[in-house]
Amino acid sequence: MKKKKSTETGGSSRRSFIRKLGAGVGAVSIAGIPGASVIGNNNPGSGEKIKLLSPDGTLVEVDKENIRPVKETVAILKEEARKGLPGRKFIMVIDLAKCRNARKCVEACQEGHMLPRDHEWIKLYLLQDDKNTAPYWLPRPCFHCDKPMCVSVCPVGATYKRDDGIVLVDNQRCIGCKFCMTGCPYSARVFNWKDPGVKLPPGHAYDPETNIPPVEGTVGKCVFCADKLRKNELPRCVTACPMGVIYFGDLLEDTVTNGEETVRFSKLMKDLAGYRYREELGTLPNVYYLPPIHRMFPVETGLEDTDEEISKRYKDAGPR
Amino acid sequence: MQADRKLLNDLTPELVQTSTKWYVTFFIFLAFFAVGIYALILQIDKGHIVTGMRDNVVWGFYIVNFIFFMGLSYSGALISGVLHLFHTGWRKPVIRMAELITVISLIIGPFFIFFCIGRLDRLYFLFIHPRIQSPITWDVIAISTDLVGCFIYLYLSFIEDFAILRDFSELNVAPWKKKLYKILSLGFSGTEKQRKLLLNARTIMAAMIIAIAIIVYSVLAWIFGVTLQPGWHSTIFGPYFVIAAVFSGTGLLIILMWIFRKVYHLEEYITKRHFVNVGVLLTIIAAFYGYFTFSDYLTKWYGSIKMDSILIDKLFNQYYSLFIFANYIGILLPGIIIAFPKFRTIRNITVAAIIALLALWVNRYIIVIPTLETPFLPIQDFRTDWIKYTPTWVEWALTLAGVSVFAMLFMLVSKIVPIISISEMQERDQNEVMK
Repeated sequence: MKKKKSTETGGSSRRSFIRKLGAGVGAVSIAGIPGASVIGNNNPGSGEKIKLLSPDGTLVEVDKENIRPVKETVAILKEEARKGLPGRKFIMVIDLAKCRNARKCVEACQEGHMLPRDHEWIKLYLLQDDKNTAPYWLPRPCFHCDKPMCVSVCPVGATYKRDDGIVLVDNQRCIGCKFCMTGCPYSARVFNWKDPGVKLPPGHAYDPETNIPPVEGTVGKCVFCADKLRKNELPRCVTACPMGVIYFGDLLEDTVTNGEETVRFSKLMKDLAGYRYREELGTLPNVYYLPPIHRMFPVETGLEDTDEEISKRYKDAGPR
Repeated sequence: MQADRKLLNDLTPELVQTSTKWYVTFFIFLAFFAVGIYALILQIDKGHIVTGMRDNVVWGFYIVNFIFFMGLSYSGALISGVLHLFHTGWRKPVIRMAELITVISLIIGPFFIFFCIGRLDRLYFLFIHPRIQSPITWDVIAISTDLVGCFIYLYLSFIEDFAILRDFSELNVAPWKKKLYKILSLGFSGTEKQRKLLLNARTIMAAMIIAIAIIVYSVLAWIFGVTLQPGWHSTIFGPYFVIAAVFSGTGLLIILMWIFRKVYHLEEYITKRHFVNVGVLLTIIAAFYGYFTFSDYLTKWYGSIKMDSILIDKLFNQYYSLFIFANYIGILLPGIIIAFPKFRTIRNITVAAIIALLALWVNRYIIVIPTLETPFLPIQDFRTDWIKYTPTWVEWALTLAGVSVFAMLFMLVSKIVPIISISEMQERDQNEVMK
């Protein structure tokens, strides 16, 4: 109990420290002093200052008294990963007009999260709503819903919703009941049916923000690249997409970017009639879609130059 | 405590001697159980990849078996609980079997959840990190309460028999059994005060286990009902599951009545009258159950909601024969056999019960599996086993192991306590004398 309390104070004061610096994104590591953390905000201090590099690259001075070595790195990491980044509300916009099933998002995601080949946190669907309407490609990450069914049904709190809108899975807590998988109406979750065989190099700890390493008998899913966001970087799928299909940003700042252009989220929604997939389910997704109008590629280009096992997936795709 | 000599002579031989047939049967079940253990070890070692479950159909045979066994436990709540409260006279020879079905199936049911869980080693997280929002937590609370309640109810009905067996000096059983009877009879000697206390306790527990049983099965139904999945998201699921559970419990009771009557030579005690009475109960329940089934599928079929239509379409094509068997044959045939007096023979009623029980299992199957094969976003995969669920031998082995354990526990208990309650039968005799 006591231990837990000390980690909590450590976490919160670290955040307030970073806020003081004006850095939008909190960070765990402080360059120069590995495994050290700054705590005790109200401490008057010894007067002796030490120069440190902040996460955004600014050189700052901190009182020596306020620097403590970090203990229980995993615990702190997990504590932080439960809270999320303060003052943020992450959203994604996917422009269906630009997608041509290049699958670079899938590959970057799998590589970045050490996923087995058959685990796709972002999946590409070839959909056609009716025989009289046109088919289109739909990349589907986790929607990080504001009313997430997966979080409601989890019996042990392994999957949780953070203040910044991200839904994560703690695979050290997950018991593998798969209730979240039946709860999610978007099939966004994958299960480790066998040992994924991913080992971390020594000295590295499990981080729910990357969900690395995956563990047999537990659930995994898209994490919105929470670890990248902490470093003020864009998610892997966003930067990997050659078409600039995926925009990522902050609802509170009303800004989204695909890495090339940065646009007002509200204007984008207004101009291109953005919508959410199956709004009627009431799960309030944080992923928005732009309808596949004035398309850059015919839908068939998505089936050109793909592996057989990819093209075979879509042989039965049709009106539904 | 003294008991009627004839009752003792008729009902206690199975406690004393055990036939070779019994041993052979037991070892066959034990062999099935051993295969199940091997399958389980394999599953724990290699992971759930050895099952037919994949990312879309994440729940398979195990969950079907779980809800099936939990449903069987209704037998005790209804036959024993309700009939006890209404002082129905004919219940007496079958009441113990019903109570045993309840407790034994309640013990086996949760094991199928354990098989389904990816991290069995973290099972205790359910208790140290519980979240009350989750229907699984409701289930943990409800099932454990039910298990304790039903066990108490069963034990209360044993006490008097233990006292009778303790005081039956000619009973030629092993000393450990005698000792067991002495301890478990809790010093019951049949005084007026003791009888009254015991009767009160049993009446209270009878009322309580009925209520708990309804809660348990409703919660089980809500695990499916609260999700957004087509076919599951239905308000009727709570009561529908409850009535289905009573249906299967009653069916199993008839089957066990037939087996024990035959094997333990209880023709004099379990008569055609009992088969007809329990059979009529089964028919009445079948009518309700059929009505609920019809109502649920009719509303899904009549409307035009896309996902419902896709599901119904799948049920009437890919699952056609299973659907017809589960929801037509399994409901109508038992009803027809029992409703017409000329068909009412002990054999026919038992056959009807077997059909009812199998059909109910299939009904559970086509509630769980087709929905998981029909997610909102179509399954686009090149691997057929990710599109369509097929159980592997591991799942079959563990299913058969569950059935075997059920049988073995029943066989063992029937060697420790009479399968027909001596004290209950005696009470009837005394009442009849007083009349």
